[in-house]
Amino acid sequence: MVQPDVNALRTFIANNFLFCDDFPLSDAASFMEAGILDSVGVLQIILFLEERYRIKVADEEIVPENLDSILGLAQFVGRKLTAPEMLTGGSHATK
Amino acid sequence: MCGIAGYCANNAGDGVDKSILLDMASILGHRGPDGRSVFVDGPVGLSHARLSIIDIQGGNQPMCNENGSIWITFNGEIFNFVELREQLLRQGHCFSTHSDTEVILHLYEEEGLDCLRRLNGQWAFALWDRNRQLLFLARDRLGICPLYYTQTDGKLLFASEIKALFCHPAVSRRIDLQGLDQIFTYWCNLDGHTAFEGVREVPPGCLITFQSGNLNLRRYWSLSFSEKVSCDNGQSAEELLHLLTDSVKIRLRSDVPVGLYLSGGLDSTVAGALMRKCTDASLRTFSISFADSTYDEALYQDEASRFFGTTHSCLKCVATDIGRVFPDVIWHAEKPLLRTAPAPLFLLSRLVRDCGYKVVVTGEGSDEVLGGYDIFKEAKIRRFCAQRPESTRRPKLLTKLYPYMPDLRSQSEAYLQKFFCTDPADLHDPFFSHLPRWKTTAGIKLFLSGEIANSIGMASSASLRNLPDDYSTWNWLAKAQYLETITLLPGYILSSQGDRVAMAHGVESRPPFLDHRVVEFAAKLPPELKIRVLNEKYLLKQCTRDIIPPSIRERPKQPYRAPESASFFAEPLDYVDELLRPDRLREDGIFDPQRVGMLVAKARKGLGLSTRENMAVVAIISTQLLIDRFIRQFPAGAA
Repeated sequence: MVQPDVNALRTFIANNFLFCDDFPLSDAASFMEAGILDSVGVLQIILFLEERYRIKVADEEIVPENLDSILGLAQFVGRKLTAPEMLTGGSHATK
Repeated sequence: MCGIAGYCANNAGDGVDKSILLDMASILGHRGPDGRSVFVDGPVGLSHARLSIIDIQGGNQPMCNENGSIWITFNGEIFNFVELREQLLRQGHCFSTHSDTEVILHLYEEEGLDCLRRLNGQWAFALWDRNRQLLFLARDRLGICPLYYTQTDGKLLFASEIKALFCHPAVSRRIDLQGLDQIFTYWCNLDGHTAFEGVREVPPGCLITFQSGNLNLRRYWSLSFSEKVSCDNGQSAEELLHLLTDSVKIRLRSDVPVGLYLSGGLDSTVAGALMRKCTDASLRTFSISFADSTYDEALYQDEASRFFGTTHSCLKCVATDIGRVFPDVIWHAEKPLLRTAPAPLFLLSRLVRDCGYKVVVTGEGSDEVLGGYDIFKEAKIRRFCAQRPESTRRPKLLTKLYPYMPDLRSQSEAYLQKFFCTDPADLHDPFFSHLPRWKTTAGIKLFLSGEIANSIGMASSASLRNLPDDYSTWNWLAKAQYLETITLLPGYILSSQGDRVAMAHGVESRPPFLDHRVVEFAAKLPPELKIRVLNEKYLLKQCTRDIIPPSIRERPKQPYRAPESASFFAEPLDYVDELLRPDRLREDGIFDPQRVGMLVAKARKGLGLSTRENMAVVAIISTQLLIDRFIRQFPAGAA
């Protein structure tokens, strides 16, 4: 499976929702349980993923399992990047 | 309404400085532009800034009884003063005025501290009983009128607003971190705390006696949901309408004309309908509309105005108006805010004053008393989901919440379920209804500096643990209503968004839904007469169906909101740039400059901010303004 750059995910979450440079939580920590994300935040994550990884996030994929932790995000993006029919162009993923 | 202040030394030898009393009255001049006066008697000094509404000629204060042994400085209105006066006259009391103030003096002579039980109205007063050398402070049942106090060097100082306390040189001005912590969790202070160290608020429904240097605070009224109505639904509707009508009727007692704040919602429209029923006088109405249609209710306001045939004035508000007046709003609110909504109401009271009005009836309190808030419906759905966590259909109801928040409505059921914490274990939490709100709000503490965050930890809910003895036996809605009525109602709705921004321009607001007879009757009603399925304020809609426009009765509820962070960044504002400079933030010490910088950068880009982030922007700017106006520059901020 193609793996996205996890550091880029950590930096995005840290900068945009924790307002700091370093991601202080574990990769498995729930964003919502940590109180850093609400409905607007979920939409921002989706926009980020679609822009950076050039993927399309379907409505049924907008669930906490995919988007509520660094691990969840990495696995979700990895699956999307691996499935060729979901790709719409090049990717910023790293192996 | 007026502004009151004063202080009481431990003994007469300490003396009272009249110039300080005059300074106190002067700094409260916005509350009472019609006259200022002070009274000194031995160890006590009373100060008064008057907004003359009843007995314009004779109602000057401080006022005394027949023999000058009892003096009072009073802010508010006793709406049943006509009936009380007649009774006191029959009991042999002699009146020298026709004011409601004098009624309190004679009622105190008759009943002592128990006189409070007889009053119907909104008040904060200080009464000096010379014979007993007793100072008696009291505040109305629900906290419509403000009253603060502090003790220093054996003195007790009191005032309608904290800024008057700071006029005494012995009173220090420091931010109270515990008070901030409470606001950054519950939106308001609890248990008499304020945003300033050593300054306390007389809690709603409480009185204080100060005698021989001993302060005694005690509760004379509390909200209870223990009793149940004994009549059928039809009779309940009749009784509610009867009580509301009489509440409005006595709230029209005034020697100056009374207007109405018309929001376009159910409550102010009902108030307007009942005003129409109680008086043939022409009706004058005032409202706010917003250029941003997200917040605007002008169509409904116009419809209600046409329906009642009122003379209507509407203030059109844009985001930049809010940013410009926000420093003045904080000067009056005297606490950090999490929303900008008080700012348009500050502008509205200016319009009311400029139109020559001093008094308005408002719809405040109806949502708390009759079950109108979304937080109640949210609690109902969360309970429903938590009772059957495996159900995939129940969470769909959550999409019916918050129709005015499209981002939230577009979320998947899985996310909605997670947002609203429908954990079955939460069902047993006494604060079940308010847990999501408090958790979201506490998120703004992310922006506190490390030192402050470590020193305050998580806000203590110890004072909230002091619940009524039989609270656990109350139904789910009663618990939620109780929490809302003791926290947000006095701590934000009636203060920051009520008295403080209205009285900033000498405008008194009168909320008939908070007549204690209405509140006590509504507390006895079963939940299904308040929220029928997900239809809020059911009984109110039923009993007023023939007197308000159907479109307003049937419209979806829209809470009053205003543009948030856009208010501060849509145009350059010097004070925002100054207060958010990293070195300024570092010097003031409350917030983390790096995090604030990143948040502000996000807001300046015009990116959509979350609820928590919008609250954080408002909280940070308002706290920095509070420090600037009350700690650094006081009294330079005086308007």
